[in-house]
Amino acid sequence: MPIDAAETPVDTKVEIPKVRAFRRLLERLILSEYLVFYITGVYFLIVWPIVPEIASFSSLRNILTDMLPLLVVAIGQTFVLIVAGIDLSVTGVIAMASVVGASIMTSDGGYLQGSALAIPVGIIAFLVVGGLIGGFNGWCVTRLNMPPIIVTLTGMMFLGGAAIWFTKAHSPTSSIAGLPRAFVAIGGGTFAGVPIALFVAIAVVVVAHFLLSQTVFGRWLYAIGINPKAAKVSGVPVDKAILWAFVISGVCAAITSMLLTGRLETGTPVLGQRILLDIIAAVVIGGTSLAGGKGKIIWTVGGVLFLVTIDASLKLLGSSLFIVFAVKGGVILLAVGLDAMRQRILARGSG
Amino acid sequence: MTPPHAGGEAFLQARELSKSFFGVKVLKEVGFTLDKGEVLGLVGENGSGKSTAMNILGGIHQPDSGQMTLAGKPYRPTGPKDAQRAGLAFIHQELNLFENLSIEENVFISGFPKRRGLPLINRRKIGKETKRLLDLVDLGHPPGTRVGKLSQGERQLVEIAKALGFDAKVIIFDEPTTSLSRRESEKLFTIVGRLKAQGIGVIYISHILGDVLRVCDSVQVLRDGAVAGGGPRASMSIDKIISMMVGRKIGNLFPPRESHPGEVVLDVAGLTQPGVVKDVSLSLRSGEVLGVSGLMGAGRSELARILFGLDPFKSGTITVEREPLENPSPEICMARGLAFLTEDRRAEGLLMEASIRDNVALSSLNSYARGLSHRLSWPKLDRDVAEVSDKVKVNTSDYIRMLVKHLSGGNQQKVVFAKWLLRQPSIFILDEPTRGIDVGAKLEVYKIINQLVLDGAAILFISSEMEELIGMCDRIMVMNRGEVTGFHERGDFDGERILETAMSVGLREPEQADRKER
Repeated sequence: MPIDAAETPVDTKVEIPKVRAFRRLLERLILSEYLVFYITGVYFLIVWPIVPEIASFSSLRNILTDMLPLLVVAIGQTFVLIVAGIDLSVTGVIAMASVVGASIMTSDGGYLQGSALAIPVGIIAFLVVGGLIGGFNGWCVTRLNMPPIIVTLTGMMFLGGAAIWFTKAHSPTSSIAGLPRAFVAIGGGTFAGVPIALFVAIAVVVVAHFLLSQTVFGRWLYAIGINPKAAKVSGVPVDKAILWAFVISGVCAAITSMLLTGRLETGTPVLGQRILLDIIAAVVIGGTSLAGGKGKIIWTVGGVLFLVTIDASLKLLGSSLFIVFAVKGGVILLAVGLDAMRQRILARGSG
Repeated sequence: MTPPHAGGEAFLQARELSKSFFGVKVLKEVGFTLDKGEVLGLVGENGSGKSTAMNILGGIHQPDSGQMTLAGKPYRPTGPKDAQRAGLAFIHQELNLFENLSIEENVFISGFPKRRGLPLINRRKIGKETKRLLDLVDLGHPPGTRVGKLSQGERQLVEIAKALGFDAKVIIFDEPTTSLSRRESEKLFTIVGRLKAQGIGVIYISHILGDVLRVCDSVQVLRDGAVAGGGPRASMSIDKIISMMVGRKIGNLFPPRESHPGEVVLDVAGLTQPGVVKDVSLSLRSGEVLGVSGLMGAGRSELARILFGLDPFKSGTITVEREPLENPSPEICMARGLAFLTEDRRAEGLLMEASIRDNVALSSLNSYARGLSHRLSWPKLDRDVAEVSDKVKVNTSDYIRMLVKHLSGGNQQKVVFAKWLLRQPSIFILDEPTRGIDVGAKLEVYKIINQLVLDGAAILFISSEMEELIGMCDRIMVMNRGEVTGFHERGDFDGERILETAMSVGLREPEQADRKER
């Protein structure tokens, strides 16, 4: 084994210790649970000389604001992936919540048009739509024993269609515009120069991190992801916890919907249509396992940061959409490959 | 046993087979012979070496020493394929059939005949051939029937047909009748008779001694990896076989304990779930160990799962500390002071990919939660986890980072104990708590159990090891096909009688009803 060779004390060659140190550093980096942050950093440093604009204030700010909606929905997804589920219905939730919320608040014949209650009720409507859909998904998975991928895939299709139908019933055009200023600020406004969406996202990150790392509920989710049978025998309310994971995913998607709807200043059924793969990819690249039992909010933050950085760099390079897709696919594959390599090193270390 | 064919004329011969696993001798110079058209019964308790001997025969393990000959030629299989090529077929207790495929596909799974020159299966040929084989075993279904639709007995016939399909000379049955109805068993015996007439040698492994004496020409008894006795059927009786199986006296492996049973803490009356358990009644006192003996499939684990709220029951009552236990679920049962150590600790007892701390804490998380958000109090939790893990002597100090999958079997079992001890339950249901752990760890498990009893806990102790039950229990309850067939008091323990009650179905059914004690 090469490692053994490096470990034998050799006095003649001077560069051996250096090589060894470099290898150690590399292995430490690869084994680090924050690997995705390092990769993002390296990627940034590579791209910087090619498109120096990427380090400009406005570009960085764009990266940040692009990141926020994706981050919130990806955090919800993290909960579901930890219990070895998957939630593909989130894009449907984003679309549906967007048009339902907008239909309440719009000044073009909204249910609460002009009322002081319009915005609070509108916001609650977003969250309720997300929570109900998440609850329904969780109910199907736990009570009816349906596979999460089918439940949420069909949910995505159904909601995508239903959102268009709902829009047609409420608006002559394909979207619902005329949203109140104060609501739009959630997605696009700033407070003291800082995007309001940033405050929302930070709040979600903090709450989610607290739930997963500090509470009984969090421990339950990890236990279920590792071995649901053992969790059940140990008295963990398995079904209830899985149901709540889906509710959280739905609510997070609804918050994302709010941020996006506010930014576009319209409720539209095509919202979030293209980001499904980005959501799953971001969580998985961060290090959360599709097989369940492993995942952290901070990892998801890293995964989202990575994806958005790639997006931004490709945009600055003037790439067309299909190139963006191709490059993103390739980079994701690389990242996942690196994770597989990491698992191999870990297995070797423990064996 | 001196083989009846000492001259070496027998068709299949095994001589002085020995095998060790991790330094433990599991097979000690075991030999047997099988003639063409002979049925050899192989009996012994769990762990007596039967399966190891059969695995050697099937090429799954290689013996450390000893030889085998088949049809006069040396036989040294290095894998299941060798065994099959040599004409040995195994019909396992858990049948190895693909339920989603048809009978004909299952019969030919290891080598489909192709259409000439094409990579396509010759459907017509396998259909015709399967039909012929099915006729041999009296199975009337069309060859295209999906195996999933067949009953257990019919599936077994498919396995036999499959064996006949590759021209097996020796067929080995492992507990063939445990999942069969009486009528299906009768049919199986007829088929075995027919195989015999065709000159096929049969090795018949079973716990049901009545069946063994009925179908076998000769019987061989294994105990602790060695041949304990045997001979032609005429010279054997059930009592004789049982005394050979139990054999040695119970050693000093079991630490002594004084017993002072107190109040009844768990009372079960008339518990019934169709097809699983029937009219089970028992009462368990604090400071008492009640053993549950029985064969595989007797309904012991199923009873435990029902008591812990994991499986439903149709009728009967469960009373815990004088209060009825209604709609039990694991959470409710735990709140009432029950703990359940499952039979399969990897699949149901532990989070293998998690740390010792996460495992030990799992059942008690709520007691370490504060406030509305149920935030965990880590320092207190870590302290208590360390304390309870030390108490059961988990052999490591890094509870927080050490993953359970890296521990030995004995240490893993101690982690499960620690998990429950942290809750301080008053009633323990232990399902095979010493399965798959070495003798030293077993002793430590026994010590833990004794300490629990001294502290006033009540213990329902399910085990397949007769010695363990006799050494540890105050009373032993015997189950057979879902029913309680007897209770035995300490001082009156007699391994042979207990085994008899456990195996008696079909053999002496009328008597058994009278003997049922309450």
